[in-house]
Order: sequence, then structure tokens, then C-alpha cells
Amino acid sequence: MKLDEMIRAALRALLRNKMRTFLTSLGMTIGVGAVIAMVVIGQGAKAKVEETFTSMGTNVIIINPGSVVTGGAKAGAGTISTLTFDDLRAMQEELPSIHLTAALLKATCPLIAEDQNWTTTVNGTTPEYFQIRVWAASAGSTFDVPDVEHATKVAMIGQTVAEKLFGSADAKAVGRKIRIKNVPFQVLGILERKGQSPSGYDFDDQVFIPISTFQRQIAGGLHNYINKGAIYVAANPSFGTTRAQADIESLLRERHHLAADAEPDFLIKNLDEIAKAKQESTETLTTFLAGIAAVSLLVGGIGIMNIMLVSVTERTREIGLRMAVGAQPRDILLQFLVEAVSLSALGGVLGIAVGLGAAQRLAARFQWPVKVQPELLVVAVGFSALVGIVFGVYPARKAAQLDPIDALRYE
Amino acid sequence: MSTAVVALEQVSKVYRTGEVCVEALHGLNLRITPGEFVAIMGTSGSGKSTLLHILGCLDRPSSGRYRLAGHDVARLDRRALAQVRNRMLGFVFQSFNLLPRTNALENVELPLVYAGRPRRERRKRAAAALERVGLASRLFHHPNQLSGGQQQRVAIARALVCDPRLVLADEPTGNLDSRTGIEIMELFESIHRQGVTVVLVTHEPEIAAYASRLVVIKDGTLCSDEPVTARARPFAAASGAGSGP
Repeated sequence: MKLDEMIRAALRALLRNKMRTFLTSLGMTIGVGAVIAMVVIGQGAKAKVEETFTSMGTNVIIINPGSVVTGGAKAGAGTISTLTFDDLRAMQEELPSIHLTAALLKATCPLIAEDQNWTTTVNGTTPEYFQIRVWAASAGSTFDVPDVEHATKVAMIGQTVAEKLFGSADAKAVGRKIRIKNVPFQVLGILERKGQSPSGYDFDDQVFIPISTFQRQIAGGLHNYINKGAIYVAANPSFGTTRAQADIESLLRERHHLAADAEPDFLIKNLDEIAKAKQESTETLTTFLAGIAAVSLLVGGIGIMNIMLVSVTERTREIGLRMAVGAQPRDILLQFLVEAVSLSALGGVLGIAVGLGAAQRLAARFQWPVKVQPELLVVAVGFSALVGIVFGVYPARKAAQLDPIDALRYE
Repeated sequence: MSTAVVALEQVSKVYRTGEVCVEALHGLNLRITPGEFVAIMGTSGSGKSTLLHILGCLDRPSSGRYRLAGHDVARLDRRALAQVRNRMLGFVFQSFNLLPRTNALENVELPLVYAGRPRRERRKRAAAALERVGLASRLFHHPNQLSGGQQQRVAIARALVCDPRLVLADEPTGNLDSRTGIEIMELFESIHRQGVTVVLVTHEPEIAAYASRLVVIKDGTLCSDEPVTARARPFAAASGAGSGP
């Protein structure tokens, strides 16, 4: 018997019991649907994470000054000034694995525009910072080296700040005056929207001014120390962030005269590694959820096996007759196997529709991108067919091994 | 001498259920030549069903030889037996055994499907077989749209469609009223006249009377084997009087 005829015969047999066919394949539909939804949503979440970290800049390492240790209690990053501008220069000059460096000093200051005020983080930094973060101005321009050399009173403001102070983030804010800690600054440019960090920090709610201006006008103190701030580093892509991180660590340990077993007095954050870890955890969660969803595939498969066993019993006489008129055991085996696979594949196809629908809806709610790889659909149909084979073999073998005499006599 | 369709030599069949052995057939010899119409009778437990199963290659003898149209089939495996049934035998059952929700034509096609014949040839031969049993106008009817007698005719067409060497009928009138039973027996008679070898198992003497030879089985052996001479067929006569042309 040829395969196309078998499939036709199987579909006809399944159509005889439409309700039963539907309910049996429903198990597969739910299973495949759940797996598809989980995978698609998981991929969306992963893409979202990727997007967030790309916006923070790739190849970026952040070095924070260490914390005060008083009687074993650590007071947190930046409570002691351990990083100096000499450290920064040494890194830049001595480490080939480093491409760019920028110091960033932070303070929280009140801002006043003509008729609005807002309090936010003011950062003093150098032009390299914008290169490291891959952050350009959406209007106006970023400040440059002469601004740092001459400590000009210019400011770059984030989109959120622009909205708070000027009502909108468009170009008309450029050139206006704002007062930071009562010191007048000219808005040089508005930075592109960066969105939120993975922890929810709004990157656009910041102001950047030249580091020299910052030291003179905003926060005094010892000018060689980078406290309340950080060093941003872009690793040389041909070395990679892991190598750059190791180089920085050994350089700083040497410069800070730390014993080999002493705790470092600085913190290094490798954004690439954080991104990878975050992605891995997203992936793990997705795999876990898809795994749970796959359990329902197993249940669906058992449902198919159950119904196929019922079907074999109900159709014992039919099997006997088919054998009497010349069906080989193999013909009977294939007949029931094709029926089981048709059931599960039907469920699989419906499941794809259900899964994609559910994924679309959830992704829309969380504003995740929906990414459907065509391979996923092929795998889903293939896998559901496989479930049909695995759970269909036992009933089909049972049918094929029937004795024709007993089968014909069966009441 | 032409090759016998059926040649059983010293055929025995022993069923084992645990410790108990039941000998259903005991050294049975039977020869059926082409074109014969043989009725097998016997009480229940006489071994006639076992004999029919062996004749129909649904079962194998425990010992002895069975040559079907010259082929030794006593020691064939399941697969080969299925092929023999497909190519050389036609079955008609008491309960018709048609596939439900499948039209007459497709039911008749079934043996040709397993013979691997192409679709077009199957259609043609199945239609011809249905015409032969007088159902040319019922090709696309489903079993539930046909009367019992018509269903049995479909089953007979199915038995004939592969041009078998031997048609085996197991109580073919058992589920029919006597009037329809007579019609079916007249159909068997007519296909017998067309040269088909028929073996009929029944327990009704008036049905057996349609055959040309009567074999009676008792306790697993042949009890009598004689040609049917006295064609005293009260039912046939009644039918002739009632519905004759």
C-alpha cells in the first residue's frame, strides 16, 4: 500500500470520529502551543536584554573606587578615594588591551531653567566617555577636548532632563541657559535616548559637563582622586574585555601596592560579562519553561496512545478482515502508525497557531520583539510527528500482531 | 489429471491450552478439483471451522500437507500466508465484514489495494465485480445504505475481485432472512457455473443442498463425502414459485 493512500485512509478514519480526533489532538495542540509560546517569548526577552546592553556600549569595563572597611564592615563603592587620575593615565599608556579611558565624576545637583527646576545626576567627564558609551547628540553637539582644557561652562543634557526643563527634547533647548548649583551653563546638545539600564536606572536623566568644569564649579576636593565616580574603559577589540579586565586588575594591584592575597580596593565591572550572564539566565529560564511545557507534549502523546489502543480494539474485526484479504502485518502496523502521526501532526499544526498567537499577545504586552525562526516551526511539526511515532508504535504493533482468526471472531 | 485446487493429506490440527491438548482435526484427507462447489457441514465442535481456517490459510496445520493450487502452503509464515490469501483466496463471512463509511466500490477494491494494483485498474475491476453480483447501480453506496443481502453481495464481489482460485464462504446466509439467503445462494450457484471453485461451510442442509458435493465432518475426520444428487430444495422451489420470472 502506498504512503499517499495510507495517509488518505488515515485521515478518513480520523474524520469518522471528529470529536474524538479533535480532543485527542488537543493535548498535542496545548503542548506544542506552550513550547512555541515559551521559545518565542524567551527569544524576545533575550533580544530585549541584548538591546539594553548594546545601548550601554559594548566592550565596556567600569572601574569603581573601593569601599571603606571599618572593623570588617564595608561601606560600599566610592566611600574612599582609591582611584586617581594617575591610575587612569597609567592604564591608558601602559595597557595595549585598552582602547579608550574616561573618568566620570558624579554629583546630584539641582538644575534650574527659565521657569522649571529638576534635580538629577550631574557628571563631569571627557569626550572619550561618549565614544566609549557610543552615545551621540540628537541635537546640538557633544563637548570636545578644548571644552575640557578651558573648563567651559557647557552641558550635555539627557532626553528626560530636556523634557523636565524645557517641556520637550527637541532642538530648541540647544543654546538655552540652565543653572547647575546656581552656576549658569549653556546647553550644548541633547543626547540620544538610551532608555533604561537592566536595573531600571534612567540613562536619559543625566547631565554631562566637562570634567575640569565639574571639579571647579560643582565638587571641590582633591583633584587627583576619582571618588563618587568611576573610570570607563573601552577594551581594545582585538584583546577582548576579559584580557583587558585582567590587565587592569594587575596594573591597579601593582600601583596600589596590594599583597597578592589582599582584597582589591577597587571594583571592576565587565559589562560584556554581565550581559552574557543576564542572557544566560534568560536562556536558562526559557529552557526551563519550555521544558515544563514539553511535559504536556508527553501527556498529549499518552493521550494519543490511549485513543489508538481504543481504536485498535474497536476495529479488531476490521483488522481481521484486512488481514484475511491479504494485508501484511506491516500494512496494519503502518496504517495505525500513520493514523497516530496524523493525529499528533494535526495537533502540532494547531499548536503552532495557538503558540504564535499567545506569544504575539504576551510580547505586545511586555513590548518585547517577536522573533519567529522558521526552523522552530519545522522542529515543532517534526517533533509532534515524532511523538506520534513513539506513542503510536505500541498500539500499531498490537494491531499488527493480532491473529486474523481471533480478530475476525472478535465481538 | 488437472491440479487439484485443494489437496489436504493427513492434516491434523492440535490446539494446546496449557496442559490440555485438543485435536481439532485428525489425519484429514480432502481433494477439491477446479470448478467444484463443495459444502462442508458438521456440528459445532466437529472441526469444520478449523478446516475452513486451514483451507483459508488463516491457520497452519500441525502436521500433514496442504497444497493449494499446487503450492505447498502448510509451512509458510504469516507474511507469505497473507500473500497467498490475497492472490488465491476470496472470503465471504457470515457478518459481511464491510468497512463502515466506505462505499461499495472501495470495499471491493480492498484486496487489490493490498495487491498493490494501480488505482485505475482497481476501480475498473471493482466496478466489474460489483456488476457481476448485480450491484452496478450501487457503486457509491455505503454499507449502511444497503440491505443485508446487498451488503453480502458487496462482500462476494470483494471475494471475486482478485480472480481467486478458491472462494471460501463461512455461513454466508447466517445473518440473512431465508428469502435473501436463497438469493445469495443462487448468486453462489451462478458464480459456480461461471467456473469459480466454491467451498461453503454451513449447518443448514437446505443451504448445503445448493452445492454439488457435500462433505460432512465429525470429530475432526471426514464422516461422509458424496455428490449432492437429490436436489430436493424446498426453499429454492418456494423461491422459484414466489419470485420467479
